[in-house]
Amino acid sequence: MSDLRELYQEVILDHNRSPRNFGVLEDAMLHADGHNPLCGDKLTIALNVVDEVVTDVRFEGSGCAISKASASLMTEGIKGKTLDEVKALFERFHQLVTDRAAPTDATLGKLAVFAGVRDYPARVKCAILAWHTLIAAVDNSQDQISTE
Amino acid sequence: MSDADVTTTHTPTGSTATDAPFDVERIREQFPILAQRAGDKPLAYLDNAATTQKPHAVLDTLSRYYASENANIHRGVYALSQQATEAYEGARGKVARFLHAAEPAEIIFTRNATEGINLVAQTFGRRQVGAGDEVVISTMEHHSNIVPWQMLCEEQGARLRVVPITDTGELMLDELASLLGPRTKLLSIVHMSNSLGTVNPVRQVVELAQAQGVPVLIDGSQAAYHMPVDVQALGCDFYVVTGHKLYGPTGIGALYGRRALLDAMPPYQGGGDMIRSVTFERTTYNDVPHKFEAGTPHIAGAIGLGAAVDFITGVGFGAIAAHERQLLSYATAALSAVPGLRLIGTAPNKASILSFVLDGVHAHDIGTIVDTEGVAIRTGHHCTQPVMDRFQVPATARASLAMYNTTAEIDQLVSALNKVREVFG
Ligand SMILES: Cc1ncc(COP(=O)(O)O)c(C=O)c1O
Repeated sequence: MSDLRELYQEVILDHNRSPRNFGVLEDAMLHADGHNPLCGDKLTIALNVVDEVVTDVRFEGSGCAISKASASLMTEGIKGKTLDEVKALFERFHQLVTDRAAPTDATLGKLAVFAGVRDYPARVKCAILAWHTLIAAVDNSQDQISTE
Repeated sequence: MSDADVTTTHTPTGSTATDAPFDVERIREQFPILAQRAGDKPLAYLDNAATTQKPHAVLDTLSRYYASENANIHRGVYALSQQATEAYEGARGKVARFLHAAEPAEIIFTRNATEGINLVAQTFGRRQVGAGDEVVISTMEHHSNIVPWQMLCEEQGARLRVVPITDTGELMLDELASLLGPRTKLLSIVHMSNSLGTVNPVRQVVELAQAQGVPVLIDGSQAAYHMPVDVQALGCDFYVVTGHKLYGPTGIGALYGRRALLDAMPPYQGGGDMIRSVTFERTTYNDVPHKFEAGTPHIAGAIGLGAAVDFITGVGFGAIAAHERQLLSYATAALSAVPGLRLIGTAPNKASILSFVLDGVHAHDIGTIVDTEGVAIRTGHHCTQPVMDRFQVPATARASLAMYNTTAEIDQLVSALNKVREVFG
């Protein structure tokens, strides 16, 4: 049980039960769909970016507790950050959930609750689905912007 | 409830009347992996629909083959090669008897069930299915009995038709009958569903198809380790099985095809062994089954599969089915009593598979938590996404039982599910 509590931290269970920033973002500037075919997790991330700063972000979809809580905590963590800061945060988050040797990273804040995922390799994809989707939303749009 | 008390009380058709009394502990001793522990818990392996474990009889056959019998087949004049050829062809005979084929030449060794289906689609299918024709499958098919037909239909300009299923997970037979017509060139249907456990009335299905002159392929991947299969009694044209779900090795499977159809079919792949003579002007093909087995086959796998079906026959389907039926009803009652649990797939005629969802908990989380209690179950869509869509669930958790499972393992699953509740509240 103690191991399980490492994975299913109270914060994660709470965000699974009542996800933050959950729902449609009307007229969002950027969005992308993410899908983990292995477990059927599906989510959509929608955000607005003004002057390289994330001004609003929401998500929708269905998934396991890890993927839902990850999306929820991600939306909280990136609001008000610049796109460069968001990408740097993703790098650090990725390291947190995949690298057993990674030192604790105080700059991750609440996102540090996902440290337990690294002991469950089958669940890493769940934790990073929202992030991959977010990055896809941001990158796609930049392509579009550059072609306009 | 003690499993040791279970003995055969009756003998379903197709099994031998000499089934020995069933002692699950004696069966378990023959599967070395089952003695393993998962951390500090006994391992409860309940993912048999994904793959079954292997008995000593199969493991020993494989190591003996490689240690003392290995040679290429159908080519050497020396004794070792002759022996290997005899063992390989002997295994074909065993599989033919296991499926009650009319002759060994009706058994083609493949890599798995998937390859058997693709072989039929790419040979028989390409010849028979043209523009405007139809291939009929059902909602409960495994992706491997969907995608090859989709590919074929796309290539040929044909249409894929799908027989719907009921809320309990049964095939709608009247819908099936109405989908069959002069345009239908093949019906490909699963014998037993891997995500619902439904056992389809395949004899009746074949009769409906035959009335319209439609050939039938049956996907026996799940059925073949739970119940006796008699392809001649069923009257089907093709039947596929996969070795790793028959307590046999991975990488080997078998396709049964009616001789007259096989003779008329073009080869699948070109290469050695499938030819009679080759010149740059003209190649003549070998007879069945060799016409469909290009290149050096999985010799050890085929021999291992032969040992696996001997093992199953030795235990006897009468005993296996009685034990599994008792396990299934025990598990159905035990899981139904778990608060918030809903079984997906409740057909009256089902076998050994329990798919379920739990209120407020995603299947993936269930899988992780029960794993920490030593219970191995599958979670996800089980390669049957249309079934998930039909029941409007993103995924299910699935416990699937085999001859070596016990009621104690069901109890272990139920108490692990209580842990899920503790974590999720
Ligand atoms: C009903 C059914 N059909 C086909 C398959 C495919 O088997 P294989 O992957 O061994 O080809 C499976 C197993 O996954 C199955 O359960």
